[in-house]
Amino acid sequence: MMLMNNKSVLMSLLMNDKIGSKLIGFIILASIIIALLNLFAPEGSALHVPTYIVSLLGKYLCFALLALALDLVWGYCGILSLGHGAFFALGGYAMGMYLMRQIGDRGVYGNPDLPDFMVFLDWAEMPWYWQGFDSLSFALLMVVLAPGLLSFLFGWLAFRSRVTGVYLSIITQAMTYALLQAFYMNEFGFGGNNGLTDFKDIAGFSLLADGTAVGLFLISALSLVLAYIACRFITESKFGKVLIAIRDAESRTRFMGYRVEHYKLVVFVFSAVLAGIAGALFVPQVGIINPGEFSPIKSIEIVIWVALGGRGTLYGAVIGAFIVSYGKTFFTGAFPEIWLFMLGGLFVLTTMYLPNGVVGLFGRIKANKGEAS
Amino acid sequence: MKRLVFLIVCIQQLLFTSLLFAENAENGFDGKLSALIVNSNRQKAVAIEALATLDDARVLPALKAMLDARLYYRKQDKQIVYLLETSSSVSISGVISGEDLGVVEKNTIKKIRINNKLRRILRASISSLELTSSDAELRLNSAKNLIKVPNKTLRQAISAAIETEKNREVKQSMQLALAMIDIDSDNQPLRMIAMQVIGDSISPDAVNLLARLSQRDEKGAYVEQNQEIAELAENRLKDAKSQLKFFKVIEDFIFGLSLGSILLLAAIGLAITFGVMGVINMAHGEMIMLGAYTTFAIQQLFPELIQYSIFIAIPVAFLVSGAVGVLIERLVIRHLYGRQLDTLLATFGISLILQQAVRMYSSNNVAVISPDFISGFWQMNEAVAITYNRIYVLFFSLIVLGVLALVLKKTLLGLQMRAVTQNRAMANSMGIHSSWVDALTFGLGSGIAGIAGVALSQFTNVGPNMGQGYIIDSFMVVVFGGVGNLLGTFFGAMSLGVANKFLEPYTGAVIAKIMVLVFIILFIQWRPRGLFALKGRFVED
Repeated sequence: MMLMNNKSVLMSLLMNDKIGSKLIGFIILASIIIALLNLFAPEGSALHVPTYIVSLLGKYLCFALLALALDLVWGYCGILSLGHGAFFALGGYAMGMYLMRQIGDRGVYGNPDLPDFMVFLDWAEMPWYWQGFDSLSFALLMVVLAPGLLSFLFGWLAFRSRVTGVYLSIITQAMTYALLQAFYMNEFGFGGNNGLTDFKDIAGFSLLADGTAVGLFLISALSLVLAYIACRFITESKFGKVLIAIRDAESRTRFMGYRVEHYKLVVFVFSAVLAGIAGALFVPQVGIINPGEFSPIKSIEIVIWVALGGRGTLYGAVIGAFIVSYGKTFFTGAFPEIWLFMLGGLFVLTTMYLPNGVVGLFGRIKANKGEAS
Repeated sequence: MKRLVFLIVCIQQLLFTSLLFAENAENGFDGKLSALIVNSNRQKAVAIEALATLDDARVLPALKAMLDARLYYRKQDKQIVYLLETSSSVSISGVISGEDLGVVEKNTIKKIRINNKLRRILRASISSLELTSSDAELRLNSAKNLIKVPNKTLRQAISAAIETEKNREVKQSMQLALAMIDIDSDNQPLRMIAMQVIGDSISPDAVNLLARLSQRDEKGAYVEQNQEIAELAENRLKDAKSQLKFFKVIEDFIFGLSLGSILLLAAIGLAITFGVMGVINMAHGEMIMLGAYTTFAIQQLFPELIQYSIFIAIPVAFLVSGAVGVLIERLVIRHLYGRQLDTLLATFGISLILQQAVRMYSSNNVAVISPDFISGFWQMNEAVAITYNRIYVLFFSLIVLGVLALVLKKTLLGLQMRAVTQNRAMANSMGIHSSWVDALTFGLGSGIAGIAGVALSQFTNVGPNMGQGYIIDSFMVVVFGGVGNLLGTFFGAMSLGVANKFLEPYTGAVIAKIMVLVFIILFIQWRPRGLFALKGRFVED
């Protein structure tokens, strides 16, 4: 009975979100096909999908998950966080620390107890905060806890004193900037400038194997789908309605008796945790995590994914992340000089002419057609 | 008869002049210099000391060159020359005549060799010559060298120099140099006098000596034989240390103020665009960058005016950044009024475009040359030295702030600006062209950022990314000081600068910066509207 009930809730959620359910269906279908084509189509045939493409698509899926997380707070609650890159990076570092410990004595220095960079820095023993990362389950716990705790602390302080709008944006940017500075330092104990890299395997599977890449890709796709459904569940619930009320008229919502800061805090922490999970999936697929992920521009790039796709729709964020990330891959390869011009232009044009993003544009075209016929 | 007399007189005169000439050659600079061309080191020492007694401006450079092993003689005519070596060739110039003798083969000249004993003699001779030099700078320099490396043989020369010295600063240094010699003598009363002088000084060498004299052995007794001196030294060491601590605080404070004035310069423009207009301009840092590049461009355009280029750059940078600001306002920002978050994103895009545009023109950092009057430093006392650029930037930022305050308070534009920010509709109905006022206000804020860029080009690397480093700091200053308030911006910048510098010695630069950021985030909890919050109806949006 419970199961039936759950199923019907899920169905009704997706029925109300036609574009979203189509998108989810497409992602599930496409990822299964890609996985099969990589594993079973013979190498060299036109149908074979090379492993590096699988990993690249896996990276895009992580970005889509990150964009989804930002859209939940920005599109539905009006919190423009310019620090989501920090939560993403924290999740990534937690995963990276686990992967570092899995290297064991196969590092350049062959030290069984210490990661390479600590040997290089002449450290006698591991700092306390590296304890426990030998275990995957502990690392996964930290993937959730590290961004979760930071966002809780930060959000609790910020929302309690009613820091809103651009002020909030700027202090989130300051937060990620401060973390950037800290992670650059060798003494901070996370590999400094170079970050964590040179990973070998994850949960016993070699990161170089095709099967591992496909597995990580499928897990990323699954995470994105589950996160999408969870986010849609939130936005469709009563809780989500209050979030939208806060976005549109914060003071009024407060006067109606809602504890605005609690709502904001919950959604902010949930979003940060999603971002952390995205980071944790990202790291094994690209093979490195370094302080560059904390730089303000990375966080602001997430914003442009959401803005270009169309904020406040969830599926828009996913689509925007794919479009901009593919554009980045293509242009930084083909015309590296003009990519930043294009990115900058995207910011300006999207905000001026596409306030509802690509999704909104298509919606408008469709509506016009409907009127015409 | 007459003829004979004339002849004799002539011969006599000839003899006399030639004799005179010979004597000059023997005992003058020329003769004593050529006495250096001997093999015996003892004779060389005699020759050096003889040279040092001469009152001739050419002696000092020659001895210095000898110490640096740049003194040679030409094999063909035994003329002593300076060696001027460049990476590709060896050229020489005459020591006596000073004339340039051109490029030569290295085997046609021979070095005048010296050993360690001769080096000591040379150093002593150079110091004693410098002590009596007419240039106060040289005398001070020599005294300072003698404080570092006391030289007993020069005791006589130093005390003679003290007698005739008029310059107070130089005299003090000489007295300290003398004391550093006397403290090692066997004459106890003399040592006591020396101790008094050393005890009053806070120069690092004096403090080290005090520490040495007040050392104790394992039993707790002084190592120093003279109990009285040891006690005095210990006493004075304590004083000197507390004095040093005090001066360190002063130094930190001045450094903090200069860092604060850099922050202030970077933030003033933002205080206009963000504080007065409420526009989030993420391209503010790039306006600073454009100003810095303008300074560089002016130096490239007028290389002969490099000493004055900074004065040309200030107005030009204001115009360049201001014009770009007006352009941005007209093309983008005016369509986004009332949508702050969108403005933030659009201006961020503009900042990316500007950065990349500059990067295509110069991918790396460029070198901006500081004019002479900015380089150099001010020696406050033996413990504190402050570079001039830190002092200049402090005054410069105050001038910019003052001029801006005048513009806002006393000019028509300022009046209109304030009118538009306080009540746009009312200002419009009073006949103020509010959209033009918006453009000009934004231009003013951007132009000031350009001026800040000129000043910053004297401190940091000028590169396409330089603006990014300032944008967050600038926002922090404006938010901390209170939005829409120039006085708040001033106090915000200065207190953040000073706090940063005082934290740095304990925590390191990066942690200090992070702590300040965290502090601001916590501070906003306590006073969400900053140090100097605006009060009134238009505060709440």
